[in-house]
Amino acid sequence: MTELIPFLKDLISAPGLSGYEDPVTKIIEDKWRPLVNEISRGKTGSLQGLRHGTGEAPRPSVMVATHMDAIGLMVTGITEGFLRISEVGGVDARILPGTPVNVFSTGAGVAKVLHGLVTQPSAPLLPEQERDGPVALGNLLVDTGLLPRQVTELVRTGDLVSFAQSPVELSGETLSGHSLDNRASVGALTVCLEELQTRTHSWDVWAVATSQEEVGLLGASSSTYQIHPTIAIVVDVTFAKGPGTSDWQAFPLGKGPTIAMGPNMHPALHKAMQGMADSLELPYALEFSPSHSGTDGWATQVSAEGIPTLVVGIPLRYMHMPVEVVAIKDIQRAGRLLAGFISSLGPDFMEKMVWDK
Amino acid sequence: MGIRNPVLASDKGIMPTIGNQQIKLLERLCNAIAISGDEGEVRAIVLEEIKGHVDEVRVDALGNVLAVKKGTGKKTLRVMLSAHMDEVGFMLVADDGEGLFRFELVGGIDIRQLPGKAVLIGRDHVPGVIGARPIHLTSREERQEKIPLDTLRIDTGPGNSKVKPGDRGTFATRFQQSGPSLMAKSLDDRLGVVTLIELIKHAPAGIDLQAAFTVQEEIGLRGAKVATYAFNPDIGIALDATPANDLPSWDGLENNTYNTKLGLGPAIYIADSGILSDPRLVRWLVETADSRKIPYQFRQPGGGRNDAGAMHLAQAGIPSVSVSVPHRYSHTAISVARLEDWKNSLALLQAALTRLTPELLASERA
Amino acid sequence: MSLHHGENMKSLIQKLTETFSPSGYESAIRDVIRAEVEALADDVRVDTLGNLIARKGEKGKTGRRIMLAAHMDEIGLIATHIDANGFVRFTGIGGIQPHSLVGGRVHFANGSPGVVGAEQADFSATKMPALSEYFIDVGATSLKDCPVKIGDVAAFQRPFLDLGRRLVAKSMDDRIGCAVLIETLHTLGSTPHELYFAFTTQEEVGTRGAITSAFGIDPDIGLAVDVTLTGDTPKSKSMAVSLGKGPAIKVKDSGMLADQRIVEWMCSTAKKRRIPYQREVLEGGTTDARAIQMTRSGVLAGCLSIPCRYVHTPSELVDYEDVQNAVNLMVALLSAPVHW
Repeated sequence: MTELIPFLKDLISAPGLSGYEDPVTKIIEDKWRPLVNEISRGKTGSLQGLRHGTGEAPRPSVMVATHMDAIGLMVTGITEGFLRISEVGGVDARILPGTPVNVFSTGAGVAKVLHGLVTQPSAPLLPEQERDGPVALGNLLVDTGLLPRQVTELVRTGDLVSFAQSPVELSGETLSGHSLDNRASVGALTVCLEELQTRTHSWDVWAVATSQEEVGLLGASSSTYQIHPTIAIVVDVTFAKGPGTSDWQAFPLGKGPTIAMGPNMHPALHKAMQGMADSLELPYALEFSPSHSGTDGWATQVSAEGIPTLVVGIPLRYMHMPVEVVAIKDIQRAGRLLAGFISSLGPDFMEKMVWDK
Repeated sequence: MGIRNPVLASDKGIMPTIGNQQIKLLERLCNAIAISGDEGEVRAIVLEEIKGHVDEVRVDALGNVLAVKKGTGKKTLRVMLSAHMDEVGFMLVADDGEGLFRFELVGGIDIRQLPGKAVLIGRDHVPGVIGARPIHLTSREERQEKIPLDTLRIDTGPGNSKVKPGDRGTFATRFQQSGPSLMAKSLDDRLGVVTLIELIKHAPAGIDLQAAFTVQEEIGLRGAKVATYAFNPDIGIALDATPANDLPSWDGLENNTYNTKLGLGPAIYIADSGILSDPRLVRWLVETADSRKIPYQFRQPGGGRNDAGAMHLAQAGIPSVSVSVPHRYSHTAISVARLEDWKNSLALLQAALTRLTPELLASERA
Repeated sequence: MSLHHGENMKSLIQKLTETFSPSGYESAIRDVIRAEVEALADDVRVDTLGNLIARKGEKGKTGRRIMLAAHMDEIGLIATHIDANGFVRFTGIGGIQPHSLVGGRVHFANGSPGVVGAEQADFSATKMPALSEYFIDVGATSLKDCPVKIGDVAAFQRPFLDLGRRLVAKSMDDRIGCAVLIETLHTLGSTPHELYFAFTTQEEVGTRGAITSAFGIDPDIGLAVDVTLTGDTPKSKSMAVSLGKGPAIKVKDSGMLADQRIVEWMCSTAKKRRIPYQREVLEGGTTDARAIQMTRSGVLAGCLSIPCRYVHTPSELVDYEDVQNAVNLMVALLSAPVHW
């Protein structure tokens, strides 16, 4: 996919905080429409695209889920023209001071993007234990540079705030920016759909960009129940080796996606995906997931009477910061791996889906 | 479709008992390794044991064993009984070389229980040990702190080539009996598993018995959630093993947080952190026990949860309760339970299921 | 059109809040509410977890299936041990805050009254005893003469207080929500929707009643009515909700992001009818709406909140005009097709 970098930049430049994914949903929908037979929205905001398989109906289906929502902040109130904030998804307050942000104001019936920054008040204005140490999110403020009167007119409680960092291409074919968790995986799924255009697959393929993963896996829960797929593959970012991140939970950037194993994954599905990666001679790493995978897979696996689930990871540095980093190659490889796997699914695949060899 | 024994023990009104055969089965189950997400060894034993005693059996998408023994008669209640096959343990996550492996916990284990233990890894039960820094090399300050998990390693010896990251394992404890007690690892919940097997073999004719040998209870009641959705029973009963913290207090004062006590019989749950038991079912169990003079106790309301926590919230709601065998030192290398409590647990369940009728659910939950 | 029910609604609130029904043991409050709604609904049923569900209306062309939820249960205490001297040890049902306990009066389901005491006579600001260090004194002198046994449940006992504009009671959370729904059902004329007024159980221990009742009802839209905190008392945690400024339309709490279409529908309806309202972000706490939202293939969900001070203490305080405006807004929402 030659326009992967521009597509990723579009994706991560569009707002789409958990629960408010509409702007990024539109971009993905436009991209996927020519690649699928049907496209629709789930009840809680997920985007669901369906490619019909060539097999005889009723066909089994594989759902590939990549969450499109991003973490950010929400306005909880206004004090003397400064915005008080709370988190949407997991935010380490220590990385916030001095961060440029966009405030999506909706006051006075008008949507307006205000530019601001997160500020850490000076020491005398903070409680004693925070004067020299990390400042809690509740004591950080957003300054938009506007006068208090203007702020009160334009901003309302509940308005969203996102990081304002623009995408940056770093050396070695890597991209940095916010929301690469998990728009990088949306990119990978898109690569997969493009590959499938030139292949046949007997199974139905559901491409789902889920909503609200960062705040409770709501989109995955809703879509899996509605679609009721035969198997579910979740693609999410995983930790890449880097400063402060070097142990067994981290993987080298640029050396391929990860295939996870553990209670959240069906072992036969894991084995089949690993086999496909080997046959395609794609580099990958085994990811060990002792219990909760921290992904949409935790919800897909226990939908209804249970859905065999697998998680594929794309290594990413500085997760949940405005400067996340991914390797473009890893995204492409993940997409090709998914396409190869999906094309290989035949009518007797489920016979292999046993827990014990 | 299993091969049915032409004359069933339950037809002749024979109550299940716990004799050598059952104890040997418990031993086999306790010595097996089945960590959450990797329950195969116990699953195989269960499938073997229930074969021929059930009308249907299948293994679902998470590895639960779901079996049905249909009752006779027109208006039989569908009663789901669950016992979880998984135990807490470890997953190897990194190979440090020379046979040393970094590991992570699967399920809740107090890390103070780990140093100095022998362990077994994988289906082949490869032996290993968890050591720590020798006391000679420690300082007094250091000994005031817990030994952090990330400094511990499983040592399988420098020549090992059989074990790899991803493998699961747990304590190497072998089952034994001591006087009135059973001492083994994973009494939670092999006691429930062996009891459910016995109940299947003596299933009362008046109910449809839906048996769920569940997976992944220890990491979030996950097997029970999907199993109950599939079964959609009229009643749910979890068979588990619950902690007995009935030791003396350091200050000599009364211990009032014992949860349950060894020797007082099976524990009936009124409430834990996962479920407020359906009072109709609690009454049914109590009436059964009182009328048959089976000893029982109430588990103290408080923390901890089991499969019933997931069962009662499935579909449009399932009236549920649990009955557990008390055991000391839950989630450690060696647990202790009383044989008598196990016997009374089985007796209570069998008696209760035998006198169960649809009238129990005729009134509103109250 | 403003509809005031004056003293009638206050006496309803008093009756509801003075009823004993901790989570899991809601039969008393269910009977009280059933008597209030039976004649107003098309049908009434009770499900497996004891939820009381009253249906009104059939889904017309412009209508949706809407589930309204207010929880009937209140927080409480459950006996864990009776000691040799007849003192009752307990743990909490739902979020019991230790600082609200000592000297408090409770009573058990069997009517036995009691007083809560604690092991340490003096507390400093930094040391709050754990629940295990408290006990209930029912006036017994030994295990034998104690009328309470392990598993018995108790709730706070306090009478309702009418301060005119402000009302005080235990279990305003969420009997005030129940009152709002009852009054809505009472006031509602025609509706294009198929409405399910669900008086749910076991919310305080994890929105459990809402999980199962929502699965059974399978709604298109879900609205919870519950209390929320305020930021208007001395040195309180910062929050943009105050008493007397209208009911709150929830945007987010710690368990849920309200569907933005629902928020839009609620806000625009309030604006159009000139009903005062506030926008709410609650940090710490969630409601039945979260459970409804996650049901099956997902439900468009939101929550109408009654601002309340001193939540989860024996004296929860609300503003009566906020309550009446909540009713007005509910009636306005349910009388017309949804729009956003």
